[in-house]
Amino acid sequence: MLILTCPYCGVAADETELSPGGEAHLHRAGPGSEDASVEAYLYHRSNPKGVHFERWRHAYGCGKWFHSARDTATNDVFGTYPAQVTETPQNILEAIAQRRPGWERPQ
Amino acid sequence: MAEITVTRRTPGMVLLRGDLSSDALREAASAVAGAPMPERRQASLSGDTGILWMSPDEALILLPEGRAAEAARALSQRLEGVHHLALDLSDARAVFEIEGPWLREVLAKLSPADLHPEALPLLEVRRTRLAQVPAAFWIEAEGRARLICFRSVADYVEGLLRRSVEDGPVGLFA
Repeated sequence: MLILTCPYCGVAADETELSPGGEAHLHRAGPGSEDASVEAYLYHRSNPKGVHFERWRHAYGCGKWFHSARDTATNDVFGTYPAQVTETPQNILEAIAQRRPGWERPQ
Repeated sequence: MAEITVTRRTPGMVLLRGDLSSDALREAASAVAGAPMPERRQASLSGDTGILWMSPDEALILLPEGRAAEAARALSQRLEGVHHLALDLSDARAVFEIEGPWLREVLAKLSPADLHPEALPLLEVRRTRLAQVPAAFWIEAEGRARLICFRSVADYVEGLLRRSVEDGPVGLFA
């Protein structure tokens, strides 16, 4: 069972109270982009075994979108943070570095 | 198991959306509800009226039956020029009052929320899932809780609550 704390209302929400929103921090390929980058934006997703950044919506609660960092293999949660960011906050990266030494963000 | 009662209530309810940290909005809501604007996740109640914190930009004002339409109009008048939404939602929601000694277990059996008194203190509003539908509840005093759900699923929720009462306590928080 996955429990994520919503950064907006502070509720420790069960997985069944949340709607998954897929991979976080995607960069949108806007008008005039190469076909390949539009394809990557629309379809190419990472599927790591280990540290992963995701979007979730607190659907059965305050209704807000937020981000989470968790381990897909163990469901170990490194933290959750608001959706109004384009990069992962430093405190989350530090939590990951502490518990997964040597982890590097895939390019 | 007659110690728990489930009663359908029909209070007036006004949805207020906007910047809950703005002074104008807080003052208008307090004036209409007769209770201060609650902190995050709290219920601020004064007798039959009060304000529930629903999300960072949403509050639900509870009023006596039949007073909601007038209150929504009064809010909009006070908040003229301030970005907001005030809407009479009394007929879109159903409210249940649950009374009895082990009501935390009645709810715990239906919801993924942690109902332990330390996890859910008095007057904290928990929006969550009740079996298959969304609901919000808060415990006003040990032995008395109120629950809000969509009216379209009120019969379903009433059935859930009654069944949970019939099945008896499980001794979770004994």
